[in-house]
Amino acid sequence: MQPILEIDQLEAGVQGKQILKGISLKIYPGEMHAIMGPNGSGKSTLASILAGRDGYEIIRGRVLYQGRNLLELSPEDRAREGVFLAFQYPVEIPGVNSAYFLKAALNEVRKYRGMPELDAIEFLALVKEKIKLLDLDEELLKRPVNVGFSGGEKKRNEVLQMAVLEPRLAVLDETDSGLDIDALKIVANGVNCLRKPDNAQLVITHYQRLLDHIVPDKVHVLVDGRIVMSAGKELALELESKGYDWIVREAKRVN
Amino acid sequence: MNSISTIPDADAAEAPHFGAVRTAFQQYESQTRAAGEPDWLASLRRRQLTRFLAAGYPTRRDEDWRHTSLDAVVSMPFALASSAGPDGRIVQLLEGSAFSSVSGQRLVFVNGHLIPELSRAVRSSDGVYVAGFASAVQEKSEILRARLTADSEDGSDGSLGALNLAFAREGAVVIVPANTVLDEPIVLVFVSFPQTAGERTHVRNVIMTGPNSRATVIEHYIGLGTESAVTSSVTELHAGQGAVFEHLKLQDESNSVFHLATLRARLESSSKVSCHSFALGSRLSRQNVLATLAGEGIEAVFNGLYLGDADRLIDHYLSVDHAAAGCASHEFFNGVLDDKATGVFYGRIRVRQHAQKTDAKQTNKNLLLSDDAAVHTRPQLEIYADDVKCTHGATIGQLDPEGLFYLRSRGLPVATARRMLIHAFAGEIIERVWCGAARDVLNRLVWDRVERTRHVSASEQ
Ligand SMILES: Nc1ncnc2c1ncn2[C@@H]1O[C@H](COP(=O)(O)OP(=O)(O)OP(=O)(O)O)[C@@H](O)[C@H]1O
Ligand SMILES: [Mg+2]
Repeated sequence: MQPILEIDQLEAGVQGKQILKGISLKIYPGEMHAIMGPNGSGKSTLASILAGRDGYEIIRGRVLYQGRNLLELSPEDRAREGVFLAFQYPVEIPGVNSAYFLKAALNEVRKYRGMPELDAIEFLALVKEKIKLLDLDEELLKRPVNVGFSGGEKKRNEVLQMAVLEPRLAVLDETDSGLDIDALKIVANGVNCLRKPDNAQLVITHYQRLLDHIVPDKVHVLVDGRIVMSAGKELALELESKGYDWIVREAKRVN
Repeated sequence: MNSISTIPDADAAEAPHFGAVRTAFQQYESQTRAAGEPDWLASLRRRQLTRFLAAGYPTRRDEDWRHTSLDAVVSMPFALASSAGPDGRIVQLLEGSAFSSVSGQRLVFVNGHLIPELSRAVRSSDGVYVAGFASAVQEKSEILRARLTADSEDGSDGSLGALNLAFAREGAVVIVPANTVLDEPIVLVFVSFPQTAGERTHVRNVIMTGPNSRATVIEHYIGLGTESAVTSSVTELHAGQGAVFEHLKLQDESNSVFHLATLRARLESSSKVSCHSFALGSRLSRQNVLATLAGEGIEAVFNGLYLGDADRLIDHYLSVDHAAAGCASHEFFNGVLDDKATGVFYGRIRVRQHAQKTDAKQTNKNLLLSDDAAVHTRPQLEIYADDVKCTHGATIGQLDPEGLFYLRSRGLPVATARRMLIHAFAGEIIERVWCGAARDVLNRLVWDRVERTRHVSASEQ
């Protein structure tokens, strides 16, 4: 079977500073992987490179998405091909109405996939159904994108967009940070509902508690731009009780 | 006629181009005299010409004109524009123009001449007066005499204001009686259609709204043709006590026109006034907004949007004088500049010593879409009272790269993402327009202009 995402020996940096120092990873259809790791280890950098943010230099390695070179695609083409990044820090866009934005995005994606565009009524029906899943207030759709949203609302709004756009590969960067316990369950439930045999998810998190609700197939630990350990979901529990120090020491011993 | 003041003779030092101005004035004066214009106006015009000849055109040595050169205006021939009549092209232009769908009273001027055939003014029973300047100075002689004399004698409109009144042929005079509510906006359309290079049009509008009245006036400047020309426009606005008034100006003249304009507003206590300036056209434009908040409890909004491409220069000069206590004035000006366009914004807020509890806010935000576009922005706060809230802020920048990436990461093409951000930026200003019909028109018009902006469809970097 072809992996949805295959990262091979990826080294990358920003402004002359190397951040990723050789990352390899394969995610197959139906899988969910988690990436954990200390602050500054390069998790968001990896996510940004996958989504196509400007300003990163790829030093070595490659990234294949469904067998294609992902890095040569523009951010919008990646999105249309089914890559979705839930931002660690969702961007506020004053003056752009949330519903208008989401409808435009969905129709771009649908057009690309050869599906008919939705009109205002069809879109509203769809988004109302998804918004319930995330227990968000419909009023948010009338407001400018992320402007004045609470931290938790912003994160849930990311998952709402994901639910509407139905990506094949979703990368969630600390979508659980800043959520209260109830919201965490709602988001986890939302993410679980979107799991399908033909798509894949990569979840970046600092907390084991998210992984209680969405059970990963694999947990990778990223330290200083390298994956120093990959194991099953029990690794998250171990990290929770012991921290990262022991892994860092272990990694040093091995290298 | 002995009450009419005299114009001093030219001396050797007088700039040579004033000869044409003097000649034009003599000719114009004989016309207005033949038309039976009142003596007080003839006299006032002479005093204004004298004032202009003494001061001359503003130059870049004047602090208030530092970034805006009128050299091209000075060196152009000085000829008064003649009426182009209701030509088929003008009819077509009007039919497709921005506010054509807005119902209500309408005056249409071509090259500063009122064209009754294209206008729609009714003498309504509510006593609202809408007429051309030339008939108003006869019909409302005493009111206009008082108004124009008071306004021009204070000199705040500068030498260009003086030149304007010396030659003002037409304009609109709108008088709304006390306690009268106008449901529909009054639309004034000014078409420039210069036939030869250097044609000058001088428009003088007077708007007086009575106590507790409600009204909206829209001024729309458009043009045809490619000859260079100068449009000079002065609008005197007087909003009475407790009046609610909205003034909306859309300047969308041809690329070859120089547009020099002043809105002078005197607001009385408890009035609620919004003045919008949308500057989209002309080669060079200067819009002065000179406002006096004369009574207590006024809420005033000065709101503006300028879009510039090619090598246009768009200059806004605001001076808001808080002369009474407990007033709020908010100024919001956004500019989008592409190609080699230049934006200029000067905003002065003056709070007099007794104008306590003033709440004055000013923002000027500029979006530069190309490396060659430029903006000069300068706030100036003069605060003589101690219990006031005054803030100002100016920004100059590019489209937010984070916002662009966010939109693109959801599948939107880069050009659409750029348009969305630019339109949102312009939309902040459009949203403040109260008149719903005008707001819709502006939304479409601005969207259409943004579509045509070269750097919108340009790819990243
Ligand atoms: N534009 C940039 N210029 C310079 N350094 C950068 C830039 N972007 C990221 N870095 C650095 O790269 C390193 C990795 O950052 P990254 O955001 O990927 O970490 P992270 O693992 O997501 O951390 P966290 O858990 O705090 O979110 C950090 O040291 C960060 O300061
Ligand atoms: Mg991060």
